[in-house]
Parts: sequence; C-alpha cells; structure tokens
Amino acid sequence: MLKQKFAALSLVLVASLLFAACGGGTPAYGGAPAYECTDALGCVEIGPDDPIHIAYALVVSGPNETLGIDSRNGIEIAIADTGGEILGHAVQFDGEDTGCSAEGGQAAGTRLAADPTIVAVIGTSCSSEARVAVPLFADAGFVVVSPSNTAPDLTEPGNANSYPGYMRTAHNDEVQGAVAAEFAYNVLGVRSAATIHDGSLYAEKLQEVFAESFAALGGTVTTQEAVDPNQTDMSSVLTSIAAGSPELIYFPIFMPAGGFLIRQARTTPGLEATELMGADGLFSPDVMEGGGAEIEGFMVSSPLVQGAEYDAFVASYEETFGTTPISIFHAHAYDAYMLIKAAIEAAAIVQNDGTIFIPRQALRDAMYATSNFSGLTGNLSCTPTGDCADPYIAVYEYHAGEYPPEVIWQP
Amino acid sequence: MSTKDFDWKLVLRSGLLGGAIAILLSLIGIVTGFNETYIIYKVITFGELLVLGPILAFSFAALRRTSSSDSGVRFTTGALAGLTSGLVLLAFVGIGQVINLRAVFVNASPDLYAMLSYNQSLPIGMLLRLLVSGLVGLIVAGFTLLPTRLKQALGQGLIYVILIGLMGRLIGTVMTNWGFVSLLFEWMFASSGMSFLGAIVLFLLVGGLAYWRAGRPKVKPRLEPKKQQTVRWATLAGVGLVLIFLPNILGLWFSEILDNVGLFILMGLGLNIVVGFAGLLDLGYVAFYAIGAYTIGVLTSPELGFFNLTFWQAFPFALIVALIAGVLLGLPILKMRGDYLAIVTLGFGEIIRLLALSDWLKPWLGGTQGIQRIERPVIGLGNFTIELISQQQLYYLILAGIILVAFIAFRLRDSRLGRTWMALREDEDVAVAMGINHVATKLTAFAMGALFSGIGGTIFAAKIGSIYPSSFQFLVSINILSLIIVGGIGSIPGVFVGALALMGLPELLREFAEYRYLFYGAALVAMMLYKPEGLWPEARLKLELHEDEIPPPGDPVPSTEGS
Amino acid sequence: MFRTARQRITFSDIMVWVIGLSIAVVVVWGTISTLQSGKYSAESWFDLVIKGLALGGVYALIAMGYTLVYGILRMINFAHSEVFMSGPFTAVFLAQALNESGFLNRQPLLSILAIAVVSMLVSMTIAILVERVAYRPLRNAPRLVPLITAIGASFFLQYTFRGFYGSGFEAYPTIETLNGSWVFGGVQLFKTQAVVIISAFLMMFLLYAIVMWSKLGKAMRAVSEDKEAAALMGIDVDKIIVFTFALGGAAAGAGGVLYILQFPVVHFYMGFIPGLKAFTAAVLGGIGNVPGAFLGSMVLGLLESVGPNLFLDGLGIPTASQLKDAIAFIILVFILIFRPSGILGERLTKSKA
Repeated sequence: MLKQKFAALSLVLVASLLFAACGGGTPAYGGAPAYECTDALGCVEIGPDDPIHIAYALVVSGPNETLGIDSRNGIEIAIADTGGEILGHAVQFDGEDTGCSAEGGQAAGTRLAADPTIVAVIGTSCSSEARVAVPLFADAGFVVVSPSNTAPDLTEPGNANSYPGYMRTAHNDEVQGAVAAEFAYNVLGVRSAATIHDGSLYAEKLQEVFAESFAALGGTVTTQEAVDPNQTDMSSVLTSIAAGSPELIYFPIFMPAGGFLIRQARTTPGLEATELMGADGLFSPDVMEGGGAEIEGFMVSSPLVQGAEYDAFVASYEETFGTTPISIFHAHAYDAYMLIKAAIEAAAIVQNDGTIFIPRQALRDAMYATSNFSGLTGNLSCTPTGDCADPYIAVYEYHAGEYPPEVIWQP
Repeated sequence: MSTKDFDWKLVLRSGLLGGAIAILLSLIGIVTGFNETYIIYKVITFGELLVLGPILAFSFAALRRTSSSDSGVRFTTGALAGLTSGLVLLAFVGIGQVINLRAVFVNASPDLYAMLSYNQSLPIGMLLRLLVSGLVGLIVAGFTLLPTRLKQALGQGLIYVILIGLMGRLIGTVMTNWGFVSLLFEWMFASSGMSFLGAIVLFLLVGGLAYWRAGRPKVKPRLEPKKQQTVRWATLAGVGLVLIFLPNILGLWFSEILDNVGLFILMGLGLNIVVGFAGLLDLGYVAFYAIGAYTIGVLTSPELGFFNLTFWQAFPFALIVALIAGVLLGLPILKMRGDYLAIVTLGFGEIIRLLALSDWLKPWLGGTQGIQRIERPVIGLGNFTIELISQQQLYYLILAGIILVAFIAFRLRDSRLGRTWMALREDEDVAVAMGINHVATKLTAFAMGALFSGIGGTIFAAKIGSIYPSSFQFLVSINILSLIIVGGIGSIPGVFVGALALMGLPELLREFAEYRYLFYGAALVAMMLYKPEGLWPEARLKLELHEDEIPPPGDPVPSTEGS
Repeated sequence: MFRTARQRITFSDIMVWVIGLSIAVVVVWGTISTLQSGKYSAESWFDLVIKGLALGGVYALIAMGYTLVYGILRMINFAHSEVFMSGPFTAVFLAQALNESGFLNRQPLLSILAIAVVSMLVSMTIAILVERVAYRPLRNAPRLVPLITAIGASFFLQYTFRGFYGSGFEAYPTIETLNGSWVFGGVQLFKTQAVVIISAFLMMFLLYAIVMWSKLGKAMRAVSEDKEAAALMGIDVDKIIVFTFALGGAAAGAGGVLYILQFPVVHFYMGFIPGLKAFTAAVLGGIGNVPGAFLGSMVLGLLESVGPNLFLDGLGIPTASQLKDAIAFIILVFILIFRPSGILGERLTKSKA
C-alpha cells in the first residue's frame, strides 16, 4: 500500500516534470537587469511585482509565547501603519517559531537561513536562541534585529557570540541593571537589597549586573534568590528574603510570576514595607491586573514609551488583536521594523522598471548608521556593535488604577 | 421519496455538530489565521476549508448512516444537513452582531464575520454562506452515490491536492535544491498554495492513477524465492544509498529535521528497552539525555575550563556517567510498580533539570546561562580531519549511532536477557517465581536505556554547541514515550516510524506557526484512535491484542463513534 | 508484597537503605542546623505552614480527578491539568463582568458561588468530552495507549483555550471581603488562606461522602474492584465511568476557584504545573485512594512551602527555594522507598499494578 503510494507520487512528479518542460516557458532572467551587484554579501533582487520578504524568528508557541506573539503583533501593526509597503513593494511577512530554546533557535534559524529571498529577520525572542540562530543568519547575510534579546555578550565586541549584522532595539542588561542600581542607591537611598530571578537569561543577567553595581556603590546585597517562571506560591522565597530584612527587592522578571511576587510580598511577615522594583519585563498593563491593590508603589525601570504615538499604537493594537498588549516588547518590535524599513529605503537600488536590488552589506551599513531615529521607545541610534536602544531609561512608579505608571525619575 | 427513510434527527444532529465545530474552529482563530493561506491560489484558502470541512465531514457522516440508496432521500439528507450547519453559522454571525463576543473570545473579530459572509454585505453574504453549505451537502450526497472506484479516485485526488497545497512552502525549500525541478515548482505553485492549473493537473493525475489502479486485479504475482532474495538485497542497497545521500538531496533544512528525528530514534530505542521490553514505565527519561549532554559540556567547554577534553575523549565518560545514573535510579525503584515507578522517574528527571538550573551548582554546570562552546566531534586521521559542525555532517554521526544502537537492540531482544525482560513485563511475580533475578534484570534494562539516551545527549550537545537546562524539560520525556507508543510499543521498527511521525510532524507543521501544537495534539489522538496498537506493532503484541478482540465482552460499541 | 517468600537481604536492599538513610540524614541535619541558626521566627514558620496547607488544598481537589479515574480505569489522565485550567480560565470573564457591575463586592458570597458553579460546569464538561472522544474508544487497548491520547488531548485543549481567550493573562478582580487578616497573639492568619483551607476540607469531606456513602459512589467502587462483575450486577459501567470523570472534573473546577482566590491570574498554560503536582500528590498518598490523595496533597503543599527553608537553608545552599520541587521529589522517593505504594496506599496486587 505504502509502496504503491510512493510509486504514484513519483509518477506524478515525473509527469508534471514533462508538463513543465513542454509548457512551462522560460521564467525570469528575460531582460537582463541593468544593475550589476558588487556587494560583498550579494544582493536580493526583487522583481517589479515581487514582495519584499521580512521574516520573524520569535517564540510563538509554548509557555513563553506571549513574549513572541506580542512582538509579532507589534511588527504587524508597524507594517499596517506603513501601508504594508516598502518602496512600493508589498511586504511579505512570515517566519518561524523558535520556542525560546537553543534547539528551537537552531531549527528556525536553519529554516530561515535557507530562504534567499529574506532580506531581514526580526528576532530572536530569547538570548539562548540568539546564540545559536544568529550565526546562521549572519552567514546567510541577513540583517537581524532583535526586539527582546538583552544578554550583553551578543553585542560585546570580540565576544564569540557577537556577529555582524546583528542589532537589537532591546536594552543591553549592562545598561539597565546599572541604572536600576544607581537609582536604588542614590535616589531611593536604600542600602540593602535582595534580588530574584526566574531562570531566564534576561532576569539572571540583569539581577547579576544590579547586584554588582549595587555592591560597587557601597550597598549590601542580602540574598540572590530565584523562582520558577510558572511558580505561583512565592512564600518560601519571600520568607527567606525577609530573614535578611532588605530595604528593597529587585526582581527583573516577567508576568505572571512578577504579579504573584508583588501580591505575596505584602502578605509576608517582615516585608510589609519593603520597596519592590522590577525592570521593563514588568512594564505592561497586565502587571496592573496581576498585582491587584498591592501594585501601589511598585517601581520599574524602562525606556520612555509614553506619548501620543504610543497611545495610538495601543489603540490600533486593541483594534486589531482584541486585547491590550499581552507582553512588553511590542514597541521594540515596532521600532525594529521601522529601522529595517528606513535602512532598506536608504540602501536599495531602484531600477526604472520597478525592480529593486538590496545589497546586503550596504543594508547592514545603513542599519549601523542609524542615528537619532525617532521611535516608540525613544531616539534610537545604533552603535557599531549593534545596540540600537535609546540609552535613556526612566523609573516609573505604579499606582492602583492608573496606567501608564508615573515617571518618578529621569536621568 | 418515502418519508420514513428520512431520518430527521440524524440530519439535525449532524448539521448542528458540523456547524458547532466550524464555529469552534473559528473561535480558536485558525479560520481567520489561515484566511490568506491558499490551498489553491485565488480559489480556496485553508481558512475557508476549515469552515467547510466540518460541514462536509458531518453531512458525510449523516449520509453514511443513511441506509436508503434512494437518490432523492440522499440528496435531501445531504443538503439539509449542510443547510443546518449553515444556519448555525448564520445564527453565530447574527449573535455576533448583537453581542460583543470579542470581550471573551478574542478571535470573534470583524474579520471573522466578514470572512464568514464572503466579504459581502451581511444579508447577501450570509445567504451565500447558507447556499454554499447546502451545496456542500448536496455535493457530498452526489459523491456517495458514485461507484466505489470513482469515489476512491476522487477522494484521493482531493486529499492530495489539499495536502500538497498546504505544504507548498515546505516542498519549495526542498525542490529549490534540485536545479531544473525548481522550474516545475514555480509552475505548480503560486506565491501561496498551488496554482490553479497545477492543482487540476495534480488532481487528474492522482485521481486517474487511483482509478486505474482500482481496476486492476488485487493479487500480485509472487516472485520465486531466489528472485525474492535478490529483490530484498536490491531494496536494502537502494535504501542504504538513499540514506547516504539523503542530506545532500534534501538540503540543510531537512537535514536539521532528520537529525532531530535521528536523535529521538536513538533515545526511543533506549526507552523501548525500558518500557517496551521490560515494561517499566519511565517518565523521566530526559534525565539521562541531560546527563549525557552535560557531561560532554562540562568536560569539553573551554568556557568552564575544567578539563578541556575533545569530544571523543569526553564521550566514554559521558556514557559511564549515564550508565551509573541509570543504575542509581534503578535501585530505589526496584520494588515499585506501575505508576509509582512513573512518578519517581518523573521526579528524577525534574531533579536533574533543577540541579542543572540551580544557582547552587552554577560554577560547575552553568546554571541559567548554560554551557557554551561545546567541542564538536572531529573525525579522521592525521592531516585529514573534519570537524562535524553542520547538520548535514552530523547526520552521519547520528546515522552511525542509530545503526549501532539498533543492532544492539535487535540482538538484545532476541537474547536470553531480552526474554527475561519480557517475562518480567508480562508477569513479574511469575517471572520471579521461575527464578529470574529481578534486580539484575531491571537494573540492566535501566542501564541500557540510560546508555542509549546518554549517547543521544552527547550528540545533542555537539549539534547545538550550547546547552541550557530549558532543553531538558519533562516534555522531552513525554515526546519519547509518545513516539514509542505511537510506533507500536516494544517494536524496534516502530521506534523509527514513531519518531518520523512524531518528531517529523511538528517540524512539518511549522506551516501552522503557533497552531502547530493544536494540530499535533489532534493528530496524536487521531493516530491512537485509528491504530491503537501503533503504526508498526510488534508481531507478538498485535497477536495478543487481536486474540482479545475475538470474544468482545462488554465491548463499548465503537460504531457509535460518529466524529 | 512477597517479602515472606524472599526473606534474604540482598545487596540491592542494602543499597536502597543506604540511599534512604542518606536522604534522612541530610534532611534531619539540615533541619537541625536551620532551627539552630534561628534565622526564621516562629511567626514565619506559621505563615509558611498555613500557606503550604492552602496550596495543598488546591492540589487535593485536583488530585481527586487523578485518583478517581485511576481507581476505575487504571490510567493516568494527563489531560486533567487542562480540565483544571478550563474552569477558572472561563469563569474569569464572569468575575470581571460581576466586578464591573459592582455586584462582586456587594454580594461577595453569591458571586463566588456563581464563579464556582461556572468553573465547575466548564471543567466537568471538558472532562466528560475528553472521556468520550479520547478514552472510551480505547477502553480495551493496551494500558499505555490512553496515556498518549491523554497527552494529545492535553495539547489540543491547551491551544483551544489559548485560541478562545488569547495567550495573554486574565486577572480576577479583588474580592474585598477576603482582604486582610486576623491576628492571634503575634501570628497573622490571612482570611484568604483560612477560607481556602476550610473550603478544601469541606469539599474533600463531601467528595469522600459521595464516594463512600452515595449509591453512585458505591457503584463507582464496585466498578473499580471488578468491571465485569459490576456489569453482571446490573451496574451500567459506562455511565459510572462518565460520572467519575464528571466528579473529578467538578472537583478540579472547585479547586480552580480555591486556586484563583490565592493566585488570581489565569492563562492557558496555568494547568500544567498544578496538574503535575496534584498527580504527584495523588501518587504520594496512594493512588486510587481518596483520603490518601488529600493527605498526599497536604504533605506536598507543606514540603513545597516549608521544605526549602527548613531543609536546605541550614546546609548553606544558596537560592534554596529554586530547588523546592527537587526537595519534594526527593522526599517522595524517600517515602516510596519505605512505602512503595504511597502513604495510605493498599498493597498492590498483581491485577492492580
């Protein structure tokens, strides 16, 4: 039975081959293009009616999917806001699920790298994926912009994990962790702090940077604890922290664990009055709901994403997807797309018949040359190593029933 | 047309169910999600198919249960079932206009209503929807009236068009490697789905072929034994050749899938010894996979800098550590049975992952940040050496591993030890009474299983180059267990089939992006319902199962399964 | 088991005891040094115990579904974590609507009841549907086959609900009556935890009563002893199995309400961890045994909340609470070494293993 099916299938193949040979005609390459590509990495040729292919490599299924789906939603809105076109060509937007794991990153990376029509990739979601997938993208000559990778090594010059063509609109942990520590020590005036991470690369690195900077400033780090991202009962970790009676708990993690920490910290003996602080991972409307009444006074560090433009973005997000933003890196993803669009417009060579050539190296150069690009997450300028985020980070304070939270400190 | 042949209740029930399932699929979001994924370009989208599919399936189910062969009755049944489903959809859109369903169901978007009413104004669109639903029922009724041979031909043609239309992008990635065949691809496929002409040609070809084949006599001429032998060797040689050139034929992306399938075959073969042969339910099999991978990581990674061994120097250590872990796990659970064993093994798997993740062991195991820059295996002698990096190169390492492990597994199965395992599986008490040393038997089973999984882990570490605790979730154990059961428990070829089906499937289902696990789950259920003994069951087990089936005592009647 | 037949103490027995003993030594040593260090106050310990018991109450109600189904079909219903998720994830919309209309805080008791009814009904329906589609056709298949359909159904349900309500989080509104705490002589008892523990006790007693004393419960136990004999006695086995799933589903839905009182954020993936824990608890107590499931759940809840600080802190292990599941599982191994069929489990005979 199986054999017969195979036989049938191969027959189909052979027969359709004949068809192709007889009536297929000659595809493409008819009129030789006038432009000769001299780019070191080659060019992507886009015919007059062909779309420009931009792909995503984000986590869109499994327990971490809100992160990637939210970013993808941000990109879709960016595409819609710009009329779905770049230089008069439609944008073809599709991509792969990366699963927020190294092996998922490898599978998705291999798949996308095999597609020569892709101009740029927006991704990855998690730093573990990036370490495996970015080399593949770099080899394929893509421009890669991550909306949510924060691990410092990815853009550290000379590090084996940093690759040409890789950029990010998310904040390097080194920047944000240090800012948070500075704020805690100098502005809040706390002298002892405890940290919690959730086993994600983002949180672990951020709290480590925070702890180092805080200690360097002269503060005491009482304990460095950890929770599981799916953990709901935080009593043991909070009790353990309470034993050291710190003045501040820094937990740069995500929802829902972050929400549970906010709620349960207030009901843990000894922590009733301790200051709580998170990072941009807890800067979203969800936190309001997750934290309930205990949200009052909870602080986060985050880039400035307020203003009329952001409000309009949130409105069209709700309109399109039926919910408020479900995670936090949607604005970074929106900006990532806008950066890529601007760079393509700058680097592309347009022919008279509408054909465009996108030289890959020139596109990278155009990306790196980005400076003072006004985006949702501030004024973006790319460093030669690929950090494009606005280094301007503010600290916000949540108040019950009030979103977005109040800006309480700006550098 | 006599009214007594006509079953109102059946029509109503099928129609309602069909409509309800179409609404369910709409609310899940796959209907709008795939509204731009064409099966045939500019003719039908996958989203539309997901609406019409349930209607089609349930009118078909109604017609199958209609005994009357009178064409009037059949056409009425089909059309009315279809119309009922259409009415359900109509009611749904109507409700959606009045109540804001989107406050609860995020996918009850204006897009969905527009799509259900064919982007027309509401009254016209819904009339159209109703008509199409009825028409689907009518067509199904007409279809059931055709002679069997034609039915098979049409059905097969349709299924092939849908499947190949869906897999267009995937087929494209392979065919672009094949030079001139890519021209064929450009002709058969549009930017999404198949081109109209391509679909028709495919349909006619597959349908015609099926029609022609159904007309031929079923009996195949038997070859004489000597020729059979030659044919067998030729097939084997052919398969061998294909296996050797497979990565080059299929390209990098499919080699990645092949590697993953291969890794799971390796582990499946190991778990098959524990669960299939010895009957010990192990839900923490990922532990040994992790131990294999982490041993390689710790011993080779220059980042940690403890030992800086090469892959092959570290390899034997990884196996020894996995083996010891297998015995250590085996000891406390010698006396446990069934699900107690399952939960302890599950716990063992979690303990290993948590230890790898913990800040406590971070200086040695890397904690959250994992271990990076793991040495890749180098093969060759003297000046002629290759570092196996790409998936296409690692494929051969995995292939070699599988051949070795499968050989061992086959030999073990037929050995004295293998028979002891099976005796233990069938009845532990009797086996012990017969003088079988159950301690040694169980421990060897665990040790062998751990060893094979450890091999898988080492290759995994080498393939990715960096390992994180998150790669060793409970879900991996579940996947391996699933694949050996889907393949047919205790069956060695079953492991291969199961791994192809379960590890290959999610990769192929990547087309469905975030919905792939939805389809994966449905496929898992469907596969087990369709073939409870597995895709390639062990001969003995199959026999036993069918022995059971001969006198069906209190058998829950499967014929009531309509869906 | 067959200890009488083999009185000889073998090398493996010694090894097992060594493993068990070393676990015991480490645990006792850790406990003593933690207590001696005096790092935690009595107030903290009390707080941890109460929170552990409240958590155990949730596990207990979910564990009922596993244990009842196991008792009858001898299979692990892996889709049960999704049965648990479906209830509270659906009822959240009712709660939000009640909150917007102001009814929630006007009539908190009635509102919680309404939420509980919706949650239980949804979970029950899902449980019955899963049985009908994924298990019933396979009643005569090999034992591990329904395990796979259960896993398939679990995936399917997760992503179905994710499709329905989106992949973001939904939060339950705060019920003001349950805010706050009572203080008795220095120790603080939060109202939420008190309500959860008391309700869990009541509901478990109710379930026990149904299983032990109602007619359907008796039929259930008869079917669990011997399906064929029960059928001969005129019991409709299929109906009893459906009833079992319905009861387990309703218990999970009720457990969902107790869950959201403590952890008021729901999402499509929320069922996985509590499901796994409840399954562990059911096994720990002796699977197939109702009081066992309750006891196992309470022990597990306590281990999780008290364990890391009590056992590991004294040993100087950093981030002890990261290892709380590891501790729970190690204690599980320890208990099962000495009681291989759970705390209250009956000695398994061949036919039940």
